[in-house]
Amino acid sequence: MTGEQIFFLLVGLVTLGAALMVVTSRDLVHAALWLVATLFGVAVIYTLLNAGFIAVVQVVVYIGAIAILFIFAVMLTRRTLRDTGASVNKNWWAGAVVAVATFAGLTFLLQSWSGFSKTAAVIPSGFDAISQLGDALTSPAGYVLPFEVASVLLLAALVGAVYLAFNKK
Amino acid sequence: MIPLSWYLILAAALFSIGLFGVLARRNAVAILLGVELMLNAVNINLVAFWRYGDVTQMAGQVFAIIVFAVAAAEVAVGLALVISVYRRRNTVVAEELDLLKW
Amino acid sequence: MNFWNDPLKVAADWLTGIFTSWGMNAVFAHVLVAFLGVLILITILMVIDVFLVWIERKVVARFQDRLGPNRVGPFGLIQPFADIIKLLIKEDTTPDGADKVVYNIAPLLSMMSVLILWAVVPLAPVMIGVDLNAGVLFIIAAGAIGTLSIIMAGWSSNNKFSVIGAFRQVAVMVSFEIPMLAMLLIPTIFSGSMGMNAIIQSQNIWFVFLSPLAALIFLIAAIAELGRAPFDLAEGESELVSGYNIEYSGMKFGMFYAGELLHAFTYGGFWAILFFGGYRFFGLEKVSPFLAIAIIVIKALVGYWVIMWVKYTMMRIRIDQMLAFNWKFLTPVAFVLVMVTALMNALLSGADSWLYVTGMILSNVIVAWVSLEIVRSVSKKEREKVEGLKPVVEAHH
Repeated sequence: MTGEQIFFLLVGLVTLGAALMVVTSRDLVHAALWLVATLFGVAVIYTLLNAGFIAVVQVVVYIGAIAILFIFAVMLTRRTLRDTGASVNKNWWAGAVVAVATFAGLTFLLQSWSGFSKTAAVIPSGFDAISQLGDALTSPAGYVLPFEVASVLLLAALVGAVYLAFNKK
Repeated sequence: MIPLSWYLILAAALFSIGLFGVLARRNAVAILLGVELMLNAVNINLVAFWRYGDVTQMAGQVFAIIVFAVAAAEVAVGLALVISVYRRRNTVVAEELDLLKW
Repeated sequence: MNFWNDPLKVAADWLTGIFTSWGMNAVFAHVLVAFLGVLILITILMVIDVFLVWIERKVVARFQDRLGPNRVGPFGLIQPFADIIKLLIKEDTTPDGADKVVYNIAPLLSMMSVLILWAVVPLAPVMIGVDLNAGVLFIIAAGAIGTLSIIMAGWSSNNKFSVIGAFRQVAVMVSFEIPMLAMLLIPTIFSGSMGMNAIIQSQNIWFVFLSPLAALIFLIAAIAELGRAPFDLAEGESELVSGYNIEYSGMKFGMFYAGELLHAFTYGGFWAILFFGGYRFFGLEKVSPFLAIAIIVIKALVGYWVIMWVKYTMMRIRIDQMLAFNWKFLTPVAFVLVMVTALMNALLSGADSWLYVTGMILSNVIVAWVSLEIVRSVSKKEREKVEGLKPVVEAHH
């Protein structure tokens, strides 16, 4: 058990534990804060995968924008200061069965794949992931079209969200 | 050192937990929280496959960034919908939102 | 490689040697030495924080034409320690109905979001916590954690004024992150990298001369991020009874307050790193890392002084004026500036350095002038609309 493996196990346990708290927490503000912990754990996993830029973008976009949006939405859509009623609906056991079956199915499918247990190749020295990513996102031979389409998608979402949530007095 | 299988199992577990959240929760915002977990699981998979495949092919990271953008857009529109439904029906419990506009 | 050239590596090697000679695993010793380094950095930062309280009070006093604390110790130097003792012995209340865990974690998160910023600050060419190649984006990430801590503080206090103050503060912080992010792209364009060390090393001409408008917009956005005047609507004592830190007393309030001062000092440091050459000063930093540390601390103090100067000179702005200022003026100007800078950089990239500097400054001046002309014409139209209205009751007869 190398240090890296122990670290991965710790981070993985924290992430999955926080995710479980997200879906079982009764108080929605707590659920949103547990989501922040999960997203943080996922960002640490990205750094373990040598994707430092993706990790920082995860913190900026998910924790800095999406989690804050969730907390605002939770606070704006409640009638009282605390939640009332059950937190899960009456068929929650069926949902649990489906979730466990999905996990089992995915694991079974993956472990029959030949590359399942391969180890990571060493990253060549002098490899700058950020400049390669920048090249890939902006070169016509790369992925500039999905990049531009994603920007248009974000613009449409921005206009749509403002229109939907606008309070015409 | 860390085999690819560990990352894939972690992502599968996160996806299943998110799926449970979507299927079992009553509050619409909590359902969206589950969807976020699923999107994060997908992203972990994408970046893991980038790392354990050919590192010079940036398709994995590019796809992960597009997923970030799509998740942000979906959360924004979804929460705007939830807020506007709340203004009209004064509830966000998914079971009670069962009538179209009359 | 002796102590004067590379103190951190020499100390780390010596300590690792001692630990492995005690029989510790090499990896474990390495982790322990890194942990000790982090501990020493945080301790030094907290000590600096204490003296920042003294600097703040003396400077505000001088701006207000008075002396400031001068009773406790020579020149009032012991005053912050007296303040800390007072805060420590205050009663530690928790409001009734507050969410205890969230209420207690919020000040810690707020302080944490400031301290982790120092992981990417280059104190000397060889002394940097982590030389992240996405260093400037890390600043925004740490700001995101600070935003979260304010929402947690406001919500968990179970107090309506607290919630409103927290919402307003978070709205301001999230809004002003956008022009700040755009202005962080300008040193990236000039230096071709997002890493802090690379930005400093490529500042043969300080970036403030290449793009003064970017330095100005970064300063404005940073002051709004910090939640300091003129953008401190959420936590001014005369507005909303102190906003999100109403229910905090004692050392928890002390964490918010000291965290805010350290945050201001850190952003002064970032202003110095990104636009004023960081630890470079005509080659002095190559002499010894200690000189480089002194240079960057002095530049950070100058930046902090500018931030304090703005705070104690300008009036507070209303929340809708703040948000209108950001979305209708600062963000469009920031984006136009990024586009113009990228264009000019591509056009002039092979040119002589004098031509480059003049071209950049001219493009900045043109962008600033055009945006001010647009603002002037818009405000003229607004004024004409208002002038046509007659007052209902005359004020003087």
